[in-house]
Parts: sequence; structure tokens; C-alpha cells
Amino acid sequence: MTTTTTVPPAGAQPAPDTRPSRPRKRARRTAGEGRMAALLLSPTLLVLALVIAYPLLSAVHQSLFRAESGLDADGFVSDVDAFVGLANYADLFAGESGRRFLNAFANTTFFTVTTVFFETVLGLCLALAMNRAFRGRSFLRASILVPWAVPTAVSGLLWRWIFQSDGIANTLIGSEILWTAEGDASKLAVIIAEVWKTAPFIGLLVLAGMQVIPGEVYEAAKIDGAGWWRQLGSITLPLVKPTLLVAVLFRMLDALRMFDLPFVLIGPGKESVETLSMLAWDESNQLRYGSASAFAVVLFLYVAIVAIVFVKVLGADVTGAKELKLLSKKSAKKSRSLATSELKKAEATR
Amino acid sequence: MTISDLRNAATDSGAVAPDARTAVVRPQKPKAQRTWRSYSVYAGLALIFAYCLAPFYWMLVSSLRRTADIFDNTLLPAPFSLENYTKVFDGSTMFGQALLNSLIVAGTTTTFALVLGVSAAYAISRLDFRFKSVILGVIIATSMFPGISVVVPLLRLFTDIGWINTYQAMIVPNLSFAIPLAVWNLTTFMKALPFDLEEAAMIDGCTKWQAFRKVLLPLAAPGVFTTAILTFIHSWNEFIIALSMVNDPKIQTATVAISKFTGATEFQAPFGEQMAAGVIVTVPLVIMVLIFQRRIVEGLTAGASK
Amino acid sequence: MRQRRRTWQTLLATTASLTVAAVALTGCGGTAPDAKSTPKAAAASFEGKGPINYVSNRDASGAANKSIEEWNAAHPEEKVTFIELPDSADAQRQQLIQNAQIKSDTFSVLNLDVVWTSEFAANKWIMPLPADAVPTDKMIPATVNAATYRDSLVGAPYYTDGALLYFRSDLLKAAGIAAAPKTWDEMKTACKAILALPEAAGMSCYAGQFDKNEALTVNFSEAVASAGGTIVDADGKPTVNTAEAKKGLNLLVDGFKDGMFPSDAITYLEEQGRRAFQDGKVVFLRNWPFVYASLTATDGSSKVNGKFDITSIPGTDGPGVSTLGGRSLAISPFTPNKATALEFVKFFTSQEQAQKRLALSSRAPAYASLYADPTVVAKRPFFPTLLTSLNNAQPRPKVVQYGATTKAIQEEAYAAITGKKDTDTALKDMQAKLTELSK
Repeated sequence: MTTTTTVPPAGAQPAPDTRPSRPRKRARRTAGEGRMAALLLSPTLLVLALVIAYPLLSAVHQSLFRAESGLDADGFVSDVDAFVGLANYADLFAGESGRRFLNAFANTTFFTVTTVFFETVLGLCLALAMNRAFRGRSFLRASILVPWAVPTAVSGLLWRWIFQSDGIANTLIGSEILWTAEGDASKLAVIIAEVWKTAPFIGLLVLAGMQVIPGEVYEAAKIDGAGWWRQLGSITLPLVKPTLLVAVLFRMLDALRMFDLPFVLIGPGKESVETLSMLAWDESNQLRYGSASAFAVVLFLYVAIVAIVFVKVLGADVTGAKELKLLSKKSAKKSRSLATSELKKAEATR
Repeated sequence: MTISDLRNAATDSGAVAPDARTAVVRPQKPKAQRTWRSYSVYAGLALIFAYCLAPFYWMLVSSLRRTADIFDNTLLPAPFSLENYTKVFDGSTMFGQALLNSLIVAGTTTTFALVLGVSAAYAISRLDFRFKSVILGVIIATSMFPGISVVVPLLRLFTDIGWINTYQAMIVPNLSFAIPLAVWNLTTFMKALPFDLEEAAMIDGCTKWQAFRKVLLPLAAPGVFTTAILTFIHSWNEFIIALSMVNDPKIQTATVAISKFTGATEFQAPFGEQMAAGVIVTVPLVIMVLIFQRRIVEGLTAGASK
Repeated sequence: MRQRRRTWQTLLATTASLTVAAVALTGCGGTAPDAKSTPKAAAASFEGKGPINYVSNRDASGAANKSIEEWNAAHPEEKVTFIELPDSADAQRQQLIQNAQIKSDTFSVLNLDVVWTSEFAANKWIMPLPADAVPTDKMIPATVNAATYRDSLVGAPYYTDGALLYFRSDLLKAAGIAAAPKTWDEMKTACKAILALPEAAGMSCYAGQFDKNEALTVNFSEAVASAGGTIVDADGKPTVNTAEAKKGLNLLVDGFKDGMFPSDAITYLEEQGRRAFQDGKVVFLRNWPFVYASLTATDGSSKVNGKFDITSIPGTDGPGVSTLGGRSLAISPFTPNKATALEFVKFFTSQEQAQKRLALSSRAPAYASLYADPTVVAKRPFFPTLLTSLNNAQPRPKVVQYGATTKAIQEEAYAAITGKKDTDTALKDMQAKLTELSK
């Protein structure tokens, strides 16, 4: 963390994150600001270190060991874990377990791509619907929230019920599909249930993003004769992009670690829906902690790579918001004096 | 003067004359086309509504059936029965206490996540210091480790420090997923808000703290509020940590209590009770959100005409 | 643009540094992460009195709680607290193992499924019991066998479970069949006659449990044992690549192929099978005793009340061999109050308490004499048949790596019954997997 930073002459130092729109910021990088940032950030980092770093490090550590197989003369399991280096990792990719790993890897990727895609589309629709002014809007918002509010374990049971062989799903569509048996139908069942559960997450985040778009921007567009689709394409989507990307990023991280839903809905050990998290669970359930940890670490790395690629390819501006700034830059200058006078008035009336 | 006035003043762009807002002339369209469009919009809304609520409806209907006809596929429970609801609150399950525990855990988690998240997001979006993206990277990296692999190390840790059967044993792990979402989401929000407003306020004599509290925070309210809903619900529904860290029924949360429901025998799932409990857990959440949403979001964004 | 590059570089750097840190940590470690200290001394003696915890899933009948209340009334200084675990057996096992791994002293007396016995004993997560702790001579031998690991008793049998064949006596009678079938062939012949009846239109012959689940292991084991085969021999070596095992598995494979089983039976667990029978969709049902209460319900929910009877499950030459279910109580070596724990286990699993619990609970007791008690039989007429089934019953493979074993069995058996593999290949692969596990 920054401890001391000498104050350079304004604009003289080409600091990495200097942005053209904010030259004045340079002048304010002071030790005080660094200290304040440290103060504001340290509790967060402390909590995360406690809860995640320790388990992560212990998983990496454990993944390098393996319990000695076999029983001693009295039929007891050996107490000793032997250091095996990267053997647990190598074994992930070899033979039968390699096949299972690849299958789970493919499933995880498939589920992530499909569910996140549908969630995003649906989430956007939900947000657009919620953002419209009409009678009963708050009722709609509440009902959109319902799927997200149902506990995952309960929703897994609910969907298992819906999809059982003589359940309501088959009754309604007049089919005899065995949703919970191995096969493509089980994949579809997982996708339907997952999208139902989590589209509201994207919907709500995007809605919040839409709510900070000034109404005037739309009015201006209307005057220019822009129709609904043009407004969507040239105002709404670009302006909610940062929020949307954050929502999609977090959904992706969650989807890549999907566990409960396929576990409860279809059942453990069904290859059609087995994900990497389920595989890690299964390994530790069979007391093979070394390889379970190896799975967890590999999954962690996979998630990290996906996140990096996502941020790199799509998310240039995940943490910034160039678009809105560009829009408001012009107006801001003008309005600053206005805002100041308004503020003064407010102070005065108090 | 309200925040929204301030905001309108700030965002009125040159393209719109001050009086244009009231004098907007909507492009005229043939009437038939407009009604057709509004019909299709309402049809779309109805579809969304149905998709979200139909499975929940099934949950509700199933919860109102008797155990004997729990497998029925009729669209209304016949006969109608509250048997499952009485069973949920049957003395031995302590479900009322479990609901209270869930409220404590989720409420505390949300409060901490918001306080920490807002400060971290403010630091990242408004202060100038190095390693910003390192920190953002570290924060989100914590959301990448599979949750089920965290349990055993944490159980060992919490046993060593005597945290078993405490609220903090659930709250602190919950924070690990709540904080990254809060920080990233709020950072995005704050970065999206023009710097100039606070600047203006400070020129006007406000301290940094006042500018933050009176200008930035209210503007970021939709983001703060949404983050609050999402983290609250996420920790309200957390299961595996709560199950592993707590074995005292006086401290256990609602999801754990649900997992302990038993059918008449070990082979019979107590489905009706589980669904009843699901309804009981979900409905207050939604009502609460409805109330808060009215008061917070609508109030603060009233000025921004949609 | 700079921002963009820095963000992902950062993510990369973060990941890398975490990994490096972990490796460094390992470097200085050198010893095993959690070398288990051997509870040798503990195994020998049961000392320490004081409050203990009984860890189990909830008993919906309230019978277990009654026993505990009675104990607590008599032992105010050594109170037993009931720690409830989730309903799901997987989740119970996970909680028990987690706490054993960290040597938590919270869990004192454990309620274990019979199939977990070997695993918990071999890992020293439960203690061998003194020879006189349990009146094993009065108990059904299979239940004692299931609670034994390598000749030492590690659990006290709590309750047990055996398979029964439920059949539609009304339809058998209508088809002119005098006696309940004893073999699969007799059952098939009976079905042919019954399904030709107009009142049996649309029905299927037989249902068991075939979803990829523990229940499939049970049904597979029963089929193999009923055909005279075994899954593992006395030394724990797998023996599934045999003619007998093939005959057994073929019973199930052909059942699906010939339409003898309803096609959705591939998704059946105990409850779905119960429902199919109760709704009059199948003539024969393999299930546990618990379904009896639902089938005899008089509130109109059961369509077969008074129309069915019970017998032993079918075999190939005579009655089949049931797989044993049930639970036993065991003591954790990590609890400080072992003397109390032992006394409580003795009390809880005594014949007196087992008899008292029968008033509330339908769980089958481990004591053979209770099955002949007229008051018990009056309430549960299937008890004599169940005792026959239990006397014949075999435990599921008693292996330390039971989790992996049952998974291998389920995988291959499921592949065979869904037609993904032929019987020979499935059994060959199963044998290979089990051999790997028994090393």
C-alpha cells in the first residue's frame, strides 16, 4: 500500500491511471489520501484474508499430500499422509479420473455458458420490465424477486418435485420425459431451474444501473426522434454496461462453482450433470482429501482464468464508467455553478 | 431542495433546454400501432410474471396439501390443509427461533458488508493511491474458491478459536461472499457518478465526509440498496457453513432447521413441510423488500423521470 | 486502456502470488498436515462421567427422545443432549466425518448407518466396545455382524431393516394363483396371467429402486445374492465377475428390457415405488417395511388397502436374500466422558428400551424375541415375515472405502440397466474398479 508519495507538480507525472478527464486528481495524491484508503480498505482485506486465504492455502498445501493407501495389519487406516508433490494434479488428467475430470469440466463450462447467457437475456428483460412505469409495478418487482429469495436447497427440492417422472412438468406438457435420469433432459432441467433462480440477480443489479440514468437523457433522445429500440441500443445498454458486466462476472464465478442445484435436483454421481465442484465434493466424501484439494485448486485457477479473460476481453471498463462520464462531462461544467448555488440555498434554508 | 433537484440540475445537458422537459412533444404514432404495441408489452410482462411465479405457485400449492395427497398434480389443493404449516412450527423444531437467527445473521452480514463495501468502494473510486487494481483483483479472487472446500479448514479454525455455536462463525464466512459483490458493485456505481457534484459541494465548504454523505451516498442509493437486497438474501439462504459451524438448535438458522425436518420414516421426504417452510422463509423477505423499495428507491429517484 | 491491462495483470499476479505463498508454506512444513494421533489408550478404557451429546437425525416418532428423557431423569449429572443432524444420510455422514477429523469433543455417541461401520472403525473414529456391552446373543445375527469390524464389536445395534415383497393378493387370486411366488420365474409367470386380466390393464409387473443412488446398490446386491452370488468374499476381495452375479444383474436388465418393470422405475427411490404400488400401477413391489403404514391407510389415499399381502423377496431357486439396513450406536474416542457414553449406549439399546420404543416407532428392533410378541404382531402383522427376511439377510459389502465402492457399483449397474453397457462389460468394469479399491 502507498505509504508516502511525493506530490508532483500537477500533470507533470504520467501516472499509470491518470485519465485525461481528471488531470486535477494528480495534484491530490497525498500521503493523507493513501492513509485514508488504507484505513478504509484494511477491514475488508482482513476479513477476506481470514475466511478465504487460510482455507485456500490449506487446500493448496493438502493437495500436495496423499493418505497412504491400504490398511495395516489390524485393519486400521494409515495415519500418515505422504508428500507426493504434484502427483494429485497429474492424476486428475490421467485414465478414468481424467475422463471424469474432462466430463465435469465440459459440464461446468456448458452450464456456465448456457445459464449465464439465458440469465443475462432474461435479466435484461426483467430489468426493462421493472423499470417501466405502470400500475402494479412494485408487485412485479416483488414477484421477480421471489425466485432469488427461495433458498437454493428448497428450490432444488421444488424442481426435483416438478420434474419427477409423474410430476407437474410432464403432466403439463403431456410427455413422459425422465428428467432426473442420466441424459440430456437432466441438463435441460438444471438449466431451466438455474436460470429461474438467478436471472433476478442480474435483473435487480441492472435495474439499479438503469435507475441512475438521468431521465433527461431519454427525453433528449425522444426529441431527436429515437424510437424505443434506438434508445435501448444507444442509451440504456451502453449506460448499464458497467453494472451488467459486474453482474455477469459474479454470476459466472457462481455458475462455475455450481454445486447445490444439480446435486439436489438430479443427484450426486450422475455424469450428465456432474460439475467440478461436485467432483471435489465427491473426492472429499470418499476421504481422498489430497485429490479433492487438487480439484478445488484447479477449479480456482480455472475460475480465475475465466475472470481474467472476461475482464480483459469484455470488461475493459468494469470498474470505470467512461460512457456516463462522457455524457455528463459537458453538462457538469455548466451545472457546477448551478449546483453550488443550489447547495448554498439549501444550507441557508436549514 | 432535494437531492434529485441537485441531480437534475447537474445532468441537464446542453441538448435539452431547461424548459424542454415539460415541453417534450412525443412523436405521434398511429393509434392502432400504439395499442398493438402496448398489448404486446403487457403480454411480455405477463409472461415474465408467470415464469417467475409459476414454480413458486407450485411450492405454495404443495405446501397446502395433506401429506397423503402430496403427490397430486391438481392445480388447487384438494382438500385444503394447513397441516404442513402447523408441523413447521411444531415445538421441537424451534423454527421461529431459527427465523430470528437467520434475521440476525443476514442482517448483521448485510450491515457489515455495506459498511465495509461502501468504504472500500469510496476509497477505490474516489481516492488516489497505488495498487488499486491489485486490491480489486484480490477481493474478487476470494469469490473464486469453491465454497464446499472452505468448510473443513474453517471448521478447524473456528474450533480452535472457540467460535463453534456462535453467530460470528456464520457471519464472518458470509461476509466473504457479500463483500466482493458489495465492493465491485458499489465501485462501479460510484465511478459512474460524476465527480463534479462532490467537487461542487466541497468548493462550497462541505468537508469530504459531508460531500460523501450528502451527495455521493444518496446518489448511489439504488446501488447500495440493490447490493443490500442481494447480500441479505444470499446470507439468508446460506446453508453449508451454518450447518457445519453450529449444532445448537438455539443458534441454528432457518435453512439448517429445514434440512432437519424428517418425514414419517427415513425414506419419506417431508416435502410438504419443506415447501411450507420455503414459503414462510420467502414471503417475509419479499414483503420487506417491497416496503423498503418504496421508501428508499422510489423516494430518492422520484426526481428522475422515467 | 492501461487500466484494462493492469486489471488482468493484477488478477494473474494475485493468483500467482497466492500459489507461491502456498508452496512456500509447504516447503517449511514437511510433516503431514493432520497426522492423526492414535487414540490407543482411549480404546482400552471407558472413563469419565458427565454430560454427553447424542448425535443423530431426528426420530419423527419421538421414540428416541422418550428414551433420552428417561435416561436424563435418572442421571441428572450425566445428561444426554440430542444434537440433531440433517435428514439426508449424506449430510449426516459429512457432519460426522468433519467433526471426527478435527477431533471435536462435541459428538459423543453417534448414530451410524450400518454401511458406515467399517469406514468409521478403520479410521478410529469410533471405539471398539467391551464384549459384555451388548447382549449380542439375543439379537438377530445379521445386525450384530453389521456392527462388527474385524471381529470386534464397534457398534450397538439400534434398529434394523430388511426387504419385503409386497404383492396384490386380490389380483393373484383373480388369476387363479394360489401361492405367492418364491422365485423370479414364478413371479414372471404370475405376472403374465395377471396382466392379461381386464382389471390389471395398464399395470406393470414389478418395481424396485433403480435410481443411481444407494438404493440401487441395495437392489443390485439383493439380485446378485438371490442368484447365489456375492459382491465381495469374506476377505473383502471383489467377486462380481462371476456367472452368479451375471445372472443376478440380468434379472434387473431383462426386467427393463422386457417391460416387466415400468420404464420410469429408472428414477424410482423407495417413495416412488411405494406410490406406484399404492396407486395400483404395479403388481409386485420390493420395498422396506415402512410402506406398510401408508398402504394400509384408511383415509382413501391408498387404493390397495386390504388387497395386498407380504412375502420374502424372490430368488432364483427359492426365496431371495435381503440386504440389511438399519443403524447402530457407536462411541467417539474424542469425547471426554466415555464411561457415561458407554452406559448410555447400553441403556439405549437394551431390550427394555427397544420394546418401549415399539409403542411409538415402526422401526424394526434388533432383538429377535420382540418379533414374536403377540401385542407387537397384532399391530404389525408383517413382523414374522420380516424376521424371516432378516434372518436370511446379508450386509452390503463391508469395506472401509464404502463410499467409493457403492459408487462404482451404482455406476456400472446403472449403465447395465439403462442399456449403455452389456452385462458382461459392466460386471468386468465393476470388478476392475472394486479390485482397485480393495488394494
